[in-house]
Amino acid sequence: MSSIEDRVKKIVVEQLGVEEAQVTSDASFIDDLGADSLDTVELVMALEEEFDCEIPDEEAEKIATLAQAVAYINANME
Amino acid sequence: MSEKIYSRIIGTGRYLPEKILTNHDLETLVDTSDQWIRERTGIEQRHIAAEGQTTCDLAEQASLKAIEMAGIDPATIDMIVFATTTPDKVFPSTACLLQQRLGIRGCPAFDIQAVCTGFVYAVSVADQFIKTGMAKRVLVVGAETLSRITNWQDRTTCILFGDGAGAVLFEASNQPGILSTHIHADGQYEDLLHVPSGPSKLPQSDDIAEKTMAMKGNEVFKVAVNTLSRIANETLDANNMTKDQIDWLVPHQANLRIITATAKKLGLSDKQVVVTVNKHANTSSASVPMALDEAIRDGRIQPGQTILMEAFGGGFTWGSALLKY
Repeated sequence: MSSIEDRVKKIVVEQLGVEEAQVTSDASFIDDLGADSLDTVELVMALEEEFDCEIPDEEAEKIATLAQAVAYINANME
Repeated sequence: MSEKIYSRIIGTGRYLPEKILTNHDLETLVDTSDQWIRERTGIEQRHIAAEGQTTCDLAEQASLKAIEMAGIDPATIDMIVFATTTPDKVFPSTACLLQQRLGIRGCPAFDIQAVCTGFVYAVSVADQFIKTGMAKRVLVVGAETLSRITNWQDRTTCILFGDGAGAVLFEASNQPGILSTHIHADGQYEDLLHVPSGPSKLPQSDDIAEKTMAMKGNEVFKVAVNTLSRIANETLDANNMTKDQIDWLVPHQANLRIITATAKKLGLSDKQVVVTVNKHANTSSASVPMALDEAIRDGRIQPGQTILMEAFGGGFTWGSALLKY
C-alpha cells in the first residue's frame, strides 16, 4: 500500500498533467502547476473518489498544495 | 395482453439565429480573452437572436424542419410539449404560440420549466402520454433566448450562454424507441444557479444582476459531474444494460469540461460523445435536441443505435432518456 502522499501526488500528476518532479510539497496548484479553478475542483473530486470521502467546498478552497491536501486527508481519515 | 407501445423519433430539427457572437467579440464587451474562454468552457462562439426575434420564432423554424424530415401533416400532431426558461410571454404558454404558428388547433400544448433539463423532462412527459395511448404523435421542443436574461456586464457568466432551438417528433410504435426516462430535482440548490427575480418575486432595485442569470460555477460544476455520471448508471441499471451497450452519449451542452469529465467517469471514448457546445455555447433546454439533430443529420447516429441523453440544470434538476433510434 503506497503512502497517502504518493497517492495524492499520483492524482495531482494525472489531473494537472504535470511531471512528478514538479509536484513538490509546497508547489501551488494554480500558481506553479498551471491549474485553473475548474482543475482544482476536479482535483478535489478525484481526491474524494480515491479516499472515499466528501470534502466540503469551504475546506476544498483551502487545499492549494500537495502538503495541504495530504494534511487534510490525514486529519480527516480514519 | 396488448403489445408494448414505444415512443420513436420520426423527425428532428434545429435552428440557430443568424447573428454570431465570437469570443473575440466578447473581448470588446468585458475583460476576457478567447483563450481563457476556450480553456475553461470549450466555447468558441454563440448565436444571438435578432432584436424582436423570440423563443417561439426559433422554435417554429426548428419544428418545421422536424416536420419536414418526418414528412407528416402538422395537423396530425396531437400534443406539443415545449421546454423553455425564456418564454415569449408570461402567458399564453410558448407551446400555444407555436401551435398557432404551425396552423393546428385543439391538441394539448403546454410549457415545461426545468431549465437546462427541460428537454429531458419534456421527453419524459411525452413518453408517458404515448406509452399510455393518450397521444400518438408528439412534438417536443426545447428553445431559448437566454441572451435576454444574460448579464452582459458579468464576465463570469455572459461568456457561457447563447440562443437556439431544437425539436423532435415522437410517434407511437411497436418497435423499440424510448427505453426509459429518469427525471429528478433537488430544490435546496436554488441559489447556486438562478435568476433572482421573476413575475411574482419582483426585483428590489434597478440592478441588472437581479433580472439576469447568476451562477456559482465551481459548485455547479462539481454537482453536475457527479450527478450526471450517477444518473447514467441509474439509467443503465434500470434497463439491465452496461456502458458498452451505449453507442452515443448526447449530453446537455453546457461546458466542454463537464462533458469531458462526465464521459471520463463513465468510461466512454470522446468519439461516442456528441459535442456541439463549441459552436453555440449553453442554450439550456435547446442543447440536447440540437445536438441530437446534428448527429442524426450528419449520419453519426444510425437507426438501431442506442442513445443516452442526459442533462443537468438550475433547480437543481437532472434527468436522462435512453432510447433506440
